[in-house]
Amino acid sequence: MTETTFAYAQGDPHRLRGIQQAEVAHEGPAPKRIVTAYGFWIFLLSDIVMFSCFFASYAVLLGQTAGGPSGAQLFDLRSTAAETALLLLSSFACGLASIAADVRSARWFQAAMALTCVLGLGFLILEAREFADLVGRGAGPTRSAFLSAFFTLVGCHGLHVSAGVLWLLTMMAQVYAKGFRADILRRMLCFALFWHALDIIWVAIFSVVYLIGSGA
Amino acid sequence: MLGKLDWSAIPIDEPIPLIAAGVVLFAILAVLIWAGVKGHYPYLWREWITSVDHKRIGVMYILLAMVMLLRGGTDAIMMRAQQTVAYHSNGYLPPEHFNQIFSAHGTIMIFFVGMPFVIGLMNLIVPLQLGVRDVAFPTLNSVGFWLTATGALLINVSLVVGEFARTGWLPFPPLSELTYSPGVGVDYYTWSLEISGIGTLVAGINLVTTVLKLRTRGMTYLRMPMFCWTTLASNLLIIAAFPILTATLAMLILDRYFGFHFFTNEAGGNVMMFMNLIWAWGHPEVYILVLPAFGIFSEVVSTFSSKVLFGYRSMVLATMAICIISFMVWLHHFFTMGAGPDVNAIFGIASMIIAVPTGVKIYNWLFTMFGGRVRFAVPMLWSIGFMVTFIIGGLTGVLLAVPPADFLLHNSLFLVAHFHNVIIGAVLFGAFAGYTYWFPKAFGFRLDEATGKAAFWFTLVGFYVTFMPLYVAGLLGMTRRMQHYDVAAWRPWMIAAGIGTVLLAIGVALQVLQLFVSIRRRDELRDTTGDPWDGRSLEWATSSPPPAFNFAVLPNVTGEDAYWRVKEHARRQDLDKREPDYKDIEMPRNSPTGFVCAFFATVMGFALIWHIWWMVGLGAVGAFATFVVFAWRDHDEYIIPATEVARIDRTNLAARRAALDLAGIAQ
Repeated sequence: MTETTFAYAQGDPHRLRGIQQAEVAHEGPAPKRIVTAYGFWIFLLSDIVMFSCFFASYAVLLGQTAGGPSGAQLFDLRSTAAETALLLLSSFACGLASIAADVRSARWFQAAMALTCVLGLGFLILEAREFADLVGRGAGPTRSAFLSAFFTLVGCHGLHVSAGVLWLLTMMAQVYAKGFRADILRRMLCFALFWHALDIIWVAIFSVVYLIGSGA
Repeated sequence: MLGKLDWSAIPIDEPIPLIAAGVVLFAILAVLIWAGVKGHYPYLWREWITSVDHKRIGVMYILLAMVMLLRGGTDAIMMRAQQTVAYHSNGYLPPEHFNQIFSAHGTIMIFFVGMPFVIGLMNLIVPLQLGVRDVAFPTLNSVGFWLTATGALLINVSLVVGEFARTGWLPFPPLSELTYSPGVGVDYYTWSLEISGIGTLVAGINLVTTVLKLRTRGMTYLRMPMFCWTTLASNLLIIAAFPILTATLAMLILDRYFGFHFFTNEAGGNVMMFMNLIWAWGHPEVYILVLPAFGIFSEVVSTFSSKVLFGYRSMVLATMAICIISFMVWLHHFFTMGAGPDVNAIFGIASMIIAVPTGVKIYNWLFTMFGGRVRFAVPMLWSIGFMVTFIIGGLTGVLLAVPPADFLLHNSLFLVAHFHNVIIGAVLFGAFAGYTYWFPKAFGFRLDEATGKAAFWFTLVGFYVTFMPLYVAGLLGMTRRMQHYDVAAWRPWMIAAGIGTVLLAIGVALQVLQLFVSIRRRDELRDTTGDPWDGRSLEWATSSPPPAFNFAVLPNVTGEDAYWRVKEHARRQDLDKREPDYKDIEMPRNSPTGFVCAFFATVMGFALIWHIWWMVGLGAVGAFATFVVFAWRDHDEYIIPATEVARIDRTNLAARRAALDLAGIAQ
């Protein structure tokens, strides 16, 4: 159970166990917490590679509007700004939940996770409204290659957020039923990484798709 | 209710797939009934299907690969037979069937033979070589295997229910779009590969984390065996490349299912984007397959030359160089598609540069053999056969990397001969070398030497007789994938290739025979030392087969060729007669998660192919429920008590010492 003690309360917060010495004389297998988080980082990397393909296809197909509307005619930056705010705040709430888990406060953990969930759902509702609005105006994904790429890129992020919400609810239930067990804390660590990574991707989408797109 | 699925999906009017499917179904049923009658089900469920032991999962991967090799090989025989007879005639395969066969052959050989074979060997051996007890994520490992099996299953279902893609092993649009491929063939392709692709990605994450984070004490990066290095490189490539495949096929799926316009001819779709994306995955994929094979050859050549690997550090450097450069050459797969001379020149030069680290490796193997005491056992034969064959394949590859030459040779049988030359010569020979080399580690007895040697010679000669004529036919202008032809000059070469295919088939049959013979003679071939080849790395430091925990006490590594040092040390000072300090060992508990998850993935994949939407939902809910149940369990590990560890280890050590005493080494 040593690996579940307060991570930040120790002199070696990331449990690097002295990287310099490790280079010279490798000390053996890393503890589970490190292994799990490391593996999850690698998964996130692969996920970002996948997103980069959708970004690339969006960049290639940006001008292929097939006589249909372009980004400048479609995007509503106010709604997108609200989405951004909701998602960034949800990440803050997720950070609070991680701290609550570290100090083993079930009440604060559940509250912070519930807040994360509400903010995430708010984001999803705004995004769904935007999509429904576009389809209603005859600018659905089948209208042009540009819109196909747009819906896929943004929708893929939305699917990730939806999966994240599902995961979040499972985590809440699990902490409620089982408490802060070592393996559950490891999962919470992964969830937090996942949720923050979605923010990073959203920042890229906001900049590349919405900011550049509504200017052009 | 059942989407697009109805009785017309069963190809009643086509005897060949029906008979083939009948035979396969009969064989599967026979095996299932036999296992049931013999009462093997509880054992199989407990010890194999739900196993999270990396060795068991590795063995199952390899078994899957070998079964699929038979399927893919049958496709190959049918194609070669067709081209042997289809001169001025239609042959025996109608065009739409011929197209499905070459598509299935390529898909199966790359995704369900090459990939599971190398991933299986890495799973089996890498934790042993690193001196640890398991991979980083044992249950995820099982999930990865079973998802790969799901992909293989779906592809084989297409034999009976519906049809397979007629678009080649990579479904190039616009041919693969709904307009030109309205059937379910391409959907079988995309969904099997999406599902098995997730399995591969999971395996990649698992193995990279294992190599980077789980090494025994003292096993620094530059003390790792070469196979661990190539595993690392290959799996880094999986992590960077397979998401591209997932994304690309997802775009094709969106085009086909929801009328998107990524790759369509109308509404601004871009076909060339598919080419770029698929080959940005496809070229690294070649190295994902071949790098582990290079690692196997390094181990085998060093062991059977009884010498330390020549130029270990340059080998590491070459491996990592290939890992990076492999992402910079993808465009050489479509030089002819109008990117312009500047772009073509850059990619042509990059393609030639990647031959340099590969050449470094060849020299390293040759210098490892030079001055060594070379033992020509079966794994070594495969390695030497590889070196000769791969050099020829590599050189024709350098020819194809010259854009002007490629304009003439593109899409011809010369190209087909080239990539079979490298993939058979390196990946398959490597897989066979690894299979013979590590078989005693997995099962505790060696494979029969005589049938192994016969299989090697038939395969080697068969390979040359099959594929050298294809080079000539390609130079004579014969394009690939021809269902029939009327050029007299090509005929003799097609007949020669047909004869070669017979030899190759005999080689495969001999390997099957070898397995049977070896199992029957297993007591004669038994290896009690755990080290039948006088090996150099840590997998030989434990018994064969290794206990569930691999090592009773995690080894402490002090240099390269870890086990070789231990043996030398032991010979000098008699150290390994000291009793180690045994402790309780925690091991992960077996779990049906992988199998159940794959079951739901199969349901979902099949439903998606046939547009049975309620069943898709059912599969998704089932898969999610499986994960929740897995996450809910309270005990994920069990303890092997120190006394039990000591008992197992003492037996192993006693057998090993007895064998060493007999050989007069232990003094």
